[in-house]
Amino acid sequence: MIQVSHCSVAYGEPGERVMVYENFNLSVSRGESLVMIGPSGCGKTTLLYIMAGLLKPTEGEVQIDGKTILGPRKETGFILQEYGLFPWLTVEENVSLGLRVRHLPRPANRSKVNAILGEMGLLSVRRHYPSQLSGGQRQRVALARALTLDPDLLLMDEPLSALDALTRERLQLLLLEIWQRGDLTSVLVTHSIEEAVFLGQRILVLGANPAIVLAEVENPEAGSAGYRQTRLFYERCTQVRSLLEGGQT
Amino acid sequence: MHQKASAQARGYLWAALFLWLVWELAARRLGTPMLPTPEMAFTATLRLLQGNLGEHFWVSTYRVLLSMTLSLLFGVPFGLVMGFEPKVDRVLAPLVYITYPIPKIVFLPLILLLLGLGDQSKVFLITLIVFFQILVTTRDAVRKIPLETISSFLSLGAKRIQVYRYVLLPASLPDVFTALRLSMGTSVAVLFFAESFATTKGLGYFIMDAWSRSAPDEMFAGILAMGVLGVALFILTDVMDHVFIRWQHVQR
Repeated sequence: MIQVSHCSVAYGEPGERVMVYENFNLSVSRGESLVMIGPSGCGKTTLLYIMAGLLKPTEGEVQIDGKTILGPRKETGFILQEYGLFPWLTVEENVSLGLRVRHLPRPANRSKVNAILGEMGLLSVRRHYPSQLSGGQRQRVALARALTLDPDLLLMDEPLSALDALTRERLQLLLLEIWQRGDLTSVLVTHSIEEAVFLGQRILVLGANPAIVLAEVENPEAGSAGYRQTRLFYERCTQVRSLLEGGQT
Repeated sequence: MHQKASAQARGYLWAALFLWLVWELAARRLGTPMLPTPEMAFTATLRLLQGNLGEHFWVSTYRVLLSMTLSLLFGVPFGLVMGFEPKVDRVLAPLVYITYPIPKIVFLPLILLLLGLGDQSKVFLITLIVFFQILVTTRDAVRKIPLETISSFLSLGAKRIQVYRYVLLPASLPDVFTALRLSMGTSVAVLFFAESFATTKGLGYFIMDAWSRSAPDEMFAGILAMGVLGVALFILTDVMDHVFIRWQHVQR
């Protein structure tokens, strides 16, 4: 579904350019759940921005469903760690924002927004502002907003990293549930090894300067019931950890 | 909300009582006819309200309100564009920086010549000064908006032009209101100056006229009226603040 071909990204003025990516290739198939993990500054976020069509690679291109990405794509949902919600809009207004800017008919929007708010457990706080919500609720709002647009691809940049451990696990389950519902491809960037192993069918361990794929870990058990409690889960976590450590020496 | 309003009213009451006390003491201590006691000033105010003090008050209010409105209508859009479009900013910022520090008051003779002695010249002068304050604040407010906020909005499939309406304007409103409060003092000061020249209407004229007639109690009646105008403007701004930026006033 996603095809990143020969992408190079450079920052800064000519002469003192910093290459974030050099001839980077990646493909993600439809319905797959990919997780990227790596040290800070390895360009994971940059890659998401490129896939989202918010940043143009210096060289190379990204294709989604065979079409070259030149700007934000309608069916892509993008979720950030922070700043994604607008503090001046209520929960309800935030969630329906995507529908509003696309000028879709209002009554249809309303029922859709209501359904998603209910599903995300946000109906009781629909008239609250983001500053009145807990961190977990805020990320559910961000998720709800992306879901109103019926995405077939979810790009997530450390969406859960600001949350406490229990809220985080609850939201991981929610993400899993949404992804398992159907035809959704997801690309998640995270710092957390457990999260990567819990959610990613395929885990990309990245190294920095310029970004390279240190290793790919196949993790087809991700998403199966009770995976977190299994021995295999711990073994995978250990494996990813040692790959990450290997990349830093 | 009711409780808050009554608490606010009590605050104003205490402040007024305190100022009254200071004024009373100062007047007694100095014992000069140039500083009448509050009582004399209030008596004069009540007397003059039968006359034309009210009219002067409304003329001044109208001039300030119109100027503030025009400053907002021009300052905010220019500020938004300059904050969001670096290319526009590169062209316009030097223009602003060169012209902003020049005290616009020095152009009063020219403005009077071109726009006449009526409301137009006063409104123009105040607008010219306040416009810059609103413009610069708005532009800097836009620059503070995290890029992530704009990116996440664009990722929803929004057009670039929609960023203005959905992101830049609401995000910069709190700062615009701060600028509005600060420029309130400026605008009343400029109003006074503009009205003390070649005019026969407005509180500025009223105060200068009372001064020249050596009627200190009437002069202080004018000063009181100006104080009331200032407070009224502040209250109006606070009300608008609560209406337009409700999200900043919710309980966390």
